[in-house]
Amino acid sequence: MGFRNIIGRRLGLGLVRRRKPFSTATCDGDGNGNAKSINLYSAINQALHIALETDNRAFVFGEDVSFGGVFRCTTGLADRFGKARVFNTPLCEQGIVGFGIGLAAMGNRAIAEIQFADYIYPAFDQIVNEAAKFRYRSGNQFNCGGLTIRAPYGAVGHGGHYHSQSPEAFFCHVPGIKVVIPRSPRQAKGLLLSCIRDPNPVVFFEPKWLYRLAVEEVPEHDYMLPLSEAEVIRQGSDITLVGWGAQLSVMEQACNEAEKDGISCELIDLKTLLPWDKETVEASVRKTGRVLISHEAPVTGGFGAEISASIVERCFLRLEAPVARVCGLDTPFPLVFEPFYMPTKNKILDAIKATVNY
Amino acid sequence: MNGASCAAKISTQPFSLNPTSPASHDRPLVSPKPASLFLGSTRKLRLSSSSKLNLHRRSGTVVAVSDVVKQKKSKSTHSLLITKEEGLELYEDMILGRAFEDMCAQMYYRGKMFGFVHLYNGQEAVSTGFIKLLKQQDSVVSTYRDHVHALSKGVPARAVMSELFGKTTGCCRGQGGSMHMFSREHNLLGGFAFIGEGIPVATGAAFTSKYKREVLKEADCDHVTLAFFGDGTCNNGQFFECLNMAALWKLPIVFVVENNLWAIGMSHLRATSDPQIYKKGPAFGMPGIHVDGMDVLKVREVAKEAIGRARRGEGPTLVECETYRFRGHSLADPDELRDPAEKAHYAARDPITALKKYLIENSLASEADLKAIDKKIDEVVEDAVEFADESPVPSQSQLLENVFADPKGFGIGPDGRYRCEDPKFTEGTAHV
Repeated sequence: MGFRNIIGRRLGLGLVRRRKPFSTATCDGDGNGNAKSINLYSAINQALHIALETDNRAFVFGEDVSFGGVFRCTTGLADRFGKARVFNTPLCEQGIVGFGIGLAAMGNRAIAEIQFADYIYPAFDQIVNEAAKFRYRSGNQFNCGGLTIRAPYGAVGHGGHYHSQSPEAFFCHVPGIKVVIPRSPRQAKGLLLSCIRDPNPVVFFEPKWLYRLAVEEVPEHDYMLPLSEAEVIRQGSDITLVGWGAQLSVMEQACNEAEKDGISCELIDLKTLLPWDKETVEASVRKTGRVLISHEAPVTGGFGAEISASIVERCFLRLEAPVARVCGLDTPFPLVFEPFYMPTKNKILDAIKATVNY
Repeated sequence: MNGASCAAKISTQPFSLNPTSPASHDRPLVSPKPASLFLGSTRKLRLSSSSKLNLHRRSGTVVAVSDVVKQKKSKSTHSLLITKEEGLELYEDMILGRAFEDMCAQMYYRGKMFGFVHLYNGQEAVSTGFIKLLKQQDSVVSTYRDHVHALSKGVPARAVMSELFGKTTGCCRGQGGSMHMFSREHNLLGGFAFIGEGIPVATGAAFTSKYKREVLKEADCDHVTLAFFGDGTCNNGQFFECLNMAALWKLPIVFVVENNLWAIGMSHLRATSDPQIYKKGPAFGMPGIHVDGMDVLKVREVAKEAIGRARRGEGPTLVECETYRFRGHSLADPDELRDPAEKAHYAARDPITALKKYLIENSLASEADLKAIDKKIDEVVEDAVEFADESPVPSQSQLLENVFADPKGFGIGPDGRYRCEDPKFTEGTAHV
């Protein structure tokens, strides 16, 4: 099922990179005809509306969420559900998440928004030390499973150091929380509803580049997509590519180019990074014998390292080439140099060829 | 701009900012009930005329700055606050700030600069009022709305414009952009995209100055640090932590709150339990002042006293400047939430117009003098744009510089050589 390519509002020219949306060849969810073509922030908005509708102890809070949020994800919620359930917080991320943990511990569904993932670090302490360990250290008397933290992450073309970071790797190192990253509107709605209803605290990163750019047919009803299940979104036989979020569209472009050179690529969307679906990736690597991982975050210590180590452990004798990682460089996310920093289609294509010809 | 009204009292304003008034400027807030917990502060912003400025008098250590200024004011209701030279300097600085920011907007919409740009229009009185009293060695720490702080501190317009364009001749070699203006020469310690992050940095800088003076015995070191930040930041933990440290160690620092009532779309009144920020100073043992931030002369009077206190080693001060930004939060902000009446109210109190009026009415300058300054500044800004346009873009190798002190910190690559010496490390090709 394909969908339209819409280039949204360009916030300034300069070094904006084009991304084309990608196909979701195997998509989950519905068969009925009630689907509308909407973009990512609308899909998330729908998910939040449904979440608040179906549970009267669900709250949405964060900075500027009341008027709709800086990315419009929370539009209409305050009007519909009232200021007691959808409210702005002062500018204090540590307070926001800690407060959310308290709400969740008392049995509510707290959906906290962190305005940009770059700002999540003051809350890192609460997430790692409190949210992840609440159930564990109280001997299951209390838990903050009702907590979901949503944050826009990733490059956006002009974000610079503090509006473009991908901090998923930091959170994947914490037992006790889940990390989920959708790639498209349909996925986002289903995954977000699953995260909200999952009995564990979840950090949900939304690719901000795709808020307006990605447009897809999304069913209007309430549906959930399973967590910890990776999806093979493109079948192939020569090499397995693993990625998540907005990077998948870049990888898909590279796959299309590689196809012209006769290389058949299998593309997997991890969807949930922690705990991640090792079986699906392993099965694919057993088929192809080669794997390439790509993400925007810097290569050293990025989540690709975990995937690489696990695959080598499990499929060592099957591998025909070293595991390739095409990721961001080991520098702070640059402003002017963004195109050089990013793992672009060409870098991925080169790596595919090098791996296949190893 | 009459000398009679005390700078340190709550400025009386015809526009009611009482959140319980039905003429609410915040959408979609409708309910006028004061009892609702979710409306934010239920306190009225206007005090009675016997203003309780809540300066707890501890035995001698905390000087009630506002009282001092009050006395000065009542004596000198008719004498002028500034000389002609000072007046022209203030005017020129504010015009530079305004013209520069307007040019930034133009350049942004033409695609010459990109990213997130936050303009300072309307708040010039605070920057000029404070920074023009500083010496070169005094430090300034700012926020993401830092172009005008940089200009007031002395960073050349050319360097700031080039930085915005991302060129090598920018003050940070093009690496920082709009939100990260730094200058070692002018002691501008940044430019922080993240709110509140600069305040502890400023506190550390102030400590250095005190250390140099008292421990290293550099007796003439009386450098002061100014930390600028907004109303939203005053609800952040880092702010409170630093107020405590600064008062505890009596650091030579002035905390300047540019309260423009809005944090993107969050009204200050609905985010803060007690919206009178200056009151937080005495809670930590330092004086707290509120001043009309649309009036550069009032700001300057308060600044003189606060900076003087710090220089004399009497400790920190918290100054809340009531000001307003005429444009949206950033150039990407459609600015739909603020009530047009509120905007009009503050537009009528444009600091530049007010200073101009004062200068002319008190015969400190003529229209011709001021027009000459306007023209000169226009030329400076045009020149800055030309310079920035013609400057070179940084080369790719600059990407790896300054991550570590030594670029060899990237380690050894698979080919046994230092990674930073491998041209492929920065060029577009992959490494397996």
